[in-house]
Amino acid sequence: MARELLKGNIAMAEAAIRAGLEAYFGYPITPQTELLEWMSLRMPELGRAFLQAESEVAAINMVYGAACTGARVMSSSSSPGVSLMMEGISYIAGTELPAVLIDVVRGGPGLGNIAPSQGDYNQIVHGGGHGDFHPIVLAPSSVQEAIDLTVLSFDLAEKYRSIAIVMADGNIGQMMEPAELPPMRPLERKAPDWAVRGEVGRERRILHSIYIIPENEEVTNIRILERWQQVLANEVRYKEYYLDDAEIVIVGYGSAGRISLSAIRAARTAGIKVGLFRPISLSPYPYAQLSELARNAQAFLVVEMNTGQMLEDVHLAVSKRVPVEFYGRLGGMVPFPEEILGEIQRIAHEPLSIDADPRQAWMQRLKTMLNLN
Amino acid sequence: MATPAPPQLVYSRPKSLSDTPTTYCPGCTHGVAHRLIAEVLDEMDLRERTIGVAPVGCSVFAYYFFDFDFVEAAHGRAPAMATGIKRVLPDRIVFTYQGDGDLASIGMGEIMHVAARGENITVVFINNAIYGMTGGQMAPTTLPGQKTTSSPLGRDVEQSGFPVRMAEVLATMEGTGYSVRRSLHDPKNVRLAKKAIRTAFEVQVRGLGFSIVELLSTCPTNWGLTPRQSLAWVEEHMIPVYPIGDYKVSSSIAELKI
Repeated sequence: MARELLKGNIAMAEAAIRAGLEAYFGYPITPQTELLEWMSLRMPELGRAFLQAESEVAAINMVYGAACTGARVMSSSSSPGVSLMMEGISYIAGTELPAVLIDVVRGGPGLGNIAPSQGDYNQIVHGGGHGDFHPIVLAPSSVQEAIDLTVLSFDLAEKYRSIAIVMADGNIGQMMEPAELPPMRPLERKAPDWAVRGEVGRERRILHSIYIIPENEEVTNIRILERWQQVLANEVRYKEYYLDDAEIVIVGYGSAGRISLSAIRAARTAGIKVGLFRPISLSPYPYAQLSELARNAQAFLVVEMNTGQMLEDVHLAVSKRVPVEFYGRLGGMVPFPEEILGEIQRIAHEPLSIDADPRQAWMQRLKTMLNLN
Repeated sequence: MATPAPPQLVYSRPKSLSDTPTTYCPGCTHGVAHRLIAEVLDEMDLRERTIGVAPVGCSVFAYYFFDFDFVEAAHGRAPAMATGIKRVLPDRIVFTYQGDGDLASIGMGEIMHVAARGENITVVFINNAIYGMTGGQMAPTTLPGQKTTSSPLGRDVEQSGFPVRMAEVLATMEGTGYSVRRSLHDPKNVRLAKKAIRTAFEVQVRGLGFSIVELLSTCPTNWGLTPRQSLAWVEEHMIPVYPIGDYKVSSSIAELKI
């Protein structure tokens, strides 16, 4: 396949189709809508199921139903819509079904706006609805990676009977860049042995998320946790840039990671030894790899498009061995490379404290920059 | 002396029901509704092609009492879940079994849109004018003046509004092929209810659109009545508010000989 100029939302939609998507249910919401629109044309053309649901609540429950049949199924939305889907995500997890969701994250809270954000980190990575489970969460930083991770999300969802979420900030959904789509996979798949399909000549099958006897729910939670431990052992993904001799390690995912890389290249030309650690799987999170980096690094800088939701995870990995600084833009604002370069220069030249609250200090710097003091 | 006639089996469990005692209270008509569905699926030889969708409420364990494939939905979302199944497996028979809180309160959005789409599924709707499983709270179908644990002085329509008549509401939707109300309060009406359930599944088999059968049912425990008093209460109090009738029978369905 040749590289083509592709918009992120459409690239993810077509990648899902080529990965063998059999049914799509969704609801329009910016900045995700092109994904649904692409599905509305392509899925019927291929004789596959497409339905624009009456709400995100209905869409995720249609996904739930279709997932019960063992079909490859997905939905997509953006932050407020994903909030509405939390109920269904939890039921899918409780029923131990594979399903894929793409969240093209926008500014919030509330109705917020339609600009790119990473404000859903906690809701998706540490959340995903009520009860005890972990969704698989993958964060692309380019259109190509969005394609690759969309395909991967189906395979991981099925392998671990889990919900897999591609968390793309609005930039990834909206921007166009050259990328290569995978070849079309054939649809023929054997239905899994738990699938409810109304088949002749076998015992009935039941799928549910209710275990009214707590002892049984406890056993179910253990089963879900054991599957999650397999995910922790096998599916941690990340990418390292310029880390061999790095004294300063920037940690950023998605657009924030990619923009940081531009700043790092500029800092390198000025002789600052700085590199990037870009988590790709936000759940499972690469704690061990970050912890290892903390052995040699002199400082960390976490860059996000939120108030420091991943910062807590980096703190956990670094465990106060070296200072962890933070830089974020909020509410749909995207940092420029120059802003991050300024942070790198500050960290390289100013004394840092392990005990200072990085969020407090960053807020003061941000308010000064925005003339809010 | 004449030889006694060999014993004849006149009543047995339909294949579509499992050998599991139900969790329903004595006198509750859920069991009757289950049996009618099971008899119809047996008679139509649909058991192994059918996927049921259970609700949240007293019938949350319905799949233990039926003997065919089943899934359990979130509260009110059974029509959406059924849609997901039917769109992937259009040749299977998919039905939801929902109570009044599930269908007419929290699931009002999903039921209206499944009808608007003319989704080719069947809904069996149990209306007993109360929330059973949570212990007798006011439902959207609770009668004006009816006492429940959350309307202890009786449903005040000024404060809590009016009962919702779903069979009539859903009959207004273009995508609905069949929308009727029946009652389970006496043997004659039970027979009529079975015929309506049969028609609803025939509608689905023929791809004639959305079908729903609303069944007036009892809740002796939460009504604070005996089973016999409950049956009388349906006739005296519920039917005047929820008249038995055919609210939409599309012309192609009216021609069916059942």
